Amino acid sequence: MKARTLVPLAVFLLLVGLLYAGLHLNPREIPSPLIGRPAPEFSLPRVEDTGRTFSRTDLLGQVTLVNAWASWCVSCRAEHDTLMAIAREGRVKIYGINYKDELADARRYLARLGNPYVTSGHDLSGSVGIDWGVIATPETFLVDPRGIIRYKHTGPMTLQVWREKIVPLIENIRAETGAPAGAKEARRG
Amino acid sequence: MKVLPAMGLALLLGLAAVPARAIVEGRDVQPQDFASEAEKQRFRHLIKDLRCTVCQNQNLADSNAALARDLRRKILDQIQAGKSDQEIMEFLVARYGDFVLYRPPFKRSTWFLWLGPFLFLLVAVAILVAVIRRRAAAPAALSAEERARLDAALRRAAKDRSAS
Repeated sequence: MKARTLVPLAVFLLLVGLLYAGLHLNPREIPSPLIGRPAPEFSLPRVEDTGRTFSRTDLLGQVTLVNAWASWCVSCRAEHDTLMAIAREGRVKIYGINYKDELADARRYLARLGNPYVTSGHDLSGSVGIDWGVIATPETFLVDPRGIIRYKHTGPMTLQVWREKIVPLIENIRAETGAPAGAKEARRG
Repeated sequence: MKVLPAMGLALLLGLAAVPARAIVEGRDVQPQDFASEAEKQRFRHLIKDLRCTVCQNQNLADSNAALARDLRRKILDQIQAGKSDQEIMEFLVARYGDFVLYRPPFKRSTWFLWLGPFLFLLVAVAILVAVIRRRAAAPAALSAEERARLDAALRRAAKDRSAS
């Protein structure tokens, strides 16, 4: 008899537990089906020089970060200093997909805030963004030397995510592929 | 005290100095873009069952987000390129995952989503049946002793009524 009266309380506590856990879930973090799959083929004019193209083959043979950004995107501005710091660290090269942006705005943005990207592709129509499953800028993909997407970070990049999630993955990839760990690639900046 | 208005003014000027920028927006699908009524119906049917990944609680038909507009365009392009509904769904799932589907497929990660409500219903029905059974099993007839007590009570009541 006594045990039975506790059943509603148990059910209630279970519900509270579920709702409490739900509070800490981020509905914006939609798992990308692209993780573990080859990065989509693309070819875009470069923001710095539209006469040249930036394509998937530029990514191959090295570990890269591919960052979808736009000058109109407030969160991109928030992560910009972090990207600059990562670029200075020199552990990976950062490439940009300049998503649905005006060329002049994009150039002005980079001139004013600094350019952490080796190059950025100008994706005016946003169709390359769609192929990469970009939902909202900024999004950052970790791509291994074979061109496989290994990780995706949604929202502004932070130094914490970089150190705790991405750097260990880079070390793993380097170990797998036998490339020298922590190889420093010199960057002009 | 004069600091606050000055700061407000500085903030306003600062905002005004930021050049107005807008997301580059593609042209949305227009009624005249459809080659036939059947094409329009197919399009409508597809976008009704696809979720806008930006606004999440809207489908592609209702959403005004820039990405939703681009995806509507992409879907119409694919219909006109002769792709089947299945192929168009696969195109979107390959990029955004099952999340874009308002009717996700039945698989290991979604079985609870599909069957959960029925499981709860089953549990509720089982509890209901158990309660009804227990009530029905309660003894209906009175024992001899209960009968005697009842008769005594009724007699007492009748006596009280005639006395008043």
